[in-house]
Amino acid sequence: MSAKTENKPSLGRKFLNMSDTNMLLSVTVVVFFLMYIGAMVFMGSGFLKAQTFLNILNSNAALIITACGMSLVMITGGIDISVGGVVGLVTMACAVYLDFKGGNVAGALGISLLIGLAYGIVQGYLVAYLEIQPFIVSLAGMFFARGMTTIIHANPFNVANEQFVALKDTRIVVPGLGSYNRLGRYIDAYVEIGVVVALLVVAILFIVLRWSKLGRSFYAVGGNRQSALMLGINVKRTVFLSHLICSLLAGLGGFVYLLHVGSGAVTNAQAMEMDAIASSIIGGTMLTGGVGNIIGTLFGVLSLSTIQNIVASAGLDDAWWTGITIAAMLCLFLVIQSVIMAKKRKINSTITIS
Amino acid sequence: MSNANIKKESPFSKFIHSQMVIPVVALLILIVVNLIADPSFFAITLKENNLGNPVLSGYLITILDFGSELAILAIGMALVTAASGGQDISVGATIAIAGSVILRILCGPDGQSLTPQAPIIVAFLAAVVVSMLFGAFNGTLVAYFNIPPMVATLILFTAGRSIAAWINENRLPNIVDPTYAIFGSYIPGIPIPTPFFIAAACVIIALLLLKFTALGTYVQAVGINEKSSRLNGINPKLIKFITFVILGVCVSVCGLIKTSRLGTINYSVIAKDIEMDAILAVALGGNSLGGGKFNLMSAILGAYVIQFLTTTLYKFNVASTALPAYKAIVVIILVVISSPVVREKLAALGRKKSVAKEAA
Repeated sequence: MSAKTENKPSLGRKFLNMSDTNMLLSVTVVVFFLMYIGAMVFMGSGFLKAQTFLNILNSNAALIITACGMSLVMITGGIDISVGGVVGLVTMACAVYLDFKGGNVAGALGISLLIGLAYGIVQGYLVAYLEIQPFIVSLAGMFFARGMTTIIHANPFNVANEQFVALKDTRIVVPGLGSYNRLGRYIDAYVEIGVVVALLVVAILFIVLRWSKLGRSFYAVGGNRQSALMLGINVKRTVFLSHLICSLLAGLGGFVYLLHVGSGAVTNAQAMEMDAIASSIIGGTMLTGGVGNIIGTLFGVLSLSTIQNIVASAGLDDAWWTGITIAAMLCLFLVIQSVIMAKKRKINSTITIS
Repeated sequence: MSNANIKKESPFSKFIHSQMVIPVVALLILIVVNLIADPSFFAITLKENNLGNPVLSGYLITILDFGSELAILAIGMALVTAASGGQDISVGATIAIAGSVILRILCGPDGQSLTPQAPIIVAFLAAVVVSMLFGAFNGTLVAYFNIPPMVATLILFTAGRSIAAWINENRLPNIVDPTYAIFGSYIPGIPIPTPFFIAAACVIIALLLLKFTALGTYVQAVGINEKSSRLNGINPKLIKFITFVILGVCVSVCGLIKTSRLGTINYSVIAKDIEMDAILAVALGGNSLGGGKFNLMSAILGAYVIQFLTTTLYKFNVASTALPAYKAIVVIILVVISSPVVREKLAALGRKKSVAKEAA
């Protein structure tokens, strides 16, 4: 807007005049590529293989799906910390259904989506129509899910259902990216089914958020509720839908998580809500709402797990480093967001004055 | 309350309209449930413990004992909630850090000795300083970087237990010292658990602080309207920051009690889910979770009621891992009742009834 009034906008000014979404997204993408290239140069071997990158996708497919839902809620101006609990609950419920109740895979998928749907309806109703703080609602939701998980089954076990195991072991070969192992044998590079699901979710959500009326109304509500209302957007319904979709995706994420780990355990998806929030924030979704990008969230997840890989291969593989690294990274990006926004406000206000 | 309009307000109706009514009613419900289920819940016996001291035991004493930790946290949590309109969810993790610091200093550099290598007061003061620093970290993010409290404290919520393990290099220090054990058990000769006295001391200090300084007023002013409080010469950022530091002190006291109970620490289990209880205590005390006005005493009563609920659930053989599910239901019921939308509807219902009465 104000760029046109300037004669020759400097690069820095141009950068600050980018839309919030694009600016934060570009920061994230640049950080990710710098990190990965840095790892390739300094850590060498492991990071040079394509499979290392595909493994990041394989082990984070569920996180990508849940983080997408989280971004959606955050764009609408809310937050949902129950997703980790829902993922854990879904894995346990599906595992018990598959192994002890003689269920099939389709039924398990149905159960996971149903749990997600139920969570979404209850939480969405409480947040949107009863106007309760989303954090409190989803905090209770998280504890409820964690408690229910142990009520369903307390001991960890591996799912032995044949149909499920067959699906779990299905590997989709990515042509041309394989590598030779030490014996000189060629090994195909592969991704799991979950990755395909995750990338589909990313693509669909990206299209919906960018070009559909519903998608734009999420941004409008998150940016300014009052003006969204004046534009004729049904604010309550939009908030409700954001929570509904988020919980549904958490349910789907739970199924994908189970596909990856193949076992029901109470410790499944522990602290996943944290990873999801961190990925969204690193991906440039603003906590204040109205700003965010699903592609950024994808890169957020990738950055997060790349840095974990780097920390691990640097020899700091003690369990506590993971927690500390994620927290430090989250903290850094939160502060960057806060500082950038404060600066932007200042510059914008001085431009308007002059 | 507009007392002038109502001719005479009996103490009862005054009580009905006060904040205390929520925790008191919840307490009464719990007492009745227990009376029906098993009256022996209320039995208190005088025994001798293994050190030969007379001690009281019974479910009620357990409530008094463990509820006191929660009451200490509720003080800080109520202040944070009132000033910033959000809650600190990192308290459990920072308790682990405080406990870890205490044990690190007591057990000495190698972490092997069973007897204290430093005076307990030194270890405790170090824990206070460390907890205050972590509180200040949270406070800085919330007050000066404008990050919502629950997201800002999410950082320590994840990293806290890792930091606690890192402080002690993941060892499991063990301390056997009768003086140190006092904080989590009994003072010789006095049959009431020590945590109760510690909590009482904390409450008195907090009440004196609120009475003789303007802190309470400032906190409420900031919570009700940050902008207008600034126009009135209050520094809202500083006030928010201070509440987080005060919570840090409360956390370190809790860490002392928690580690003193066992003489050791389990980083992933100590004070687990306590943030939920602390938030519940504040909410049950009738304090708005959106900030603004607060009542310290009713938050503290709320803390004991929560512990009453926990102990009751244990009595009914609910596994400790399943507890959160039940408590979550209580939280949801509480927040639904106290949500403005539902309140308005209830109030409208009440008005209709009184109108109908007048007409009749």
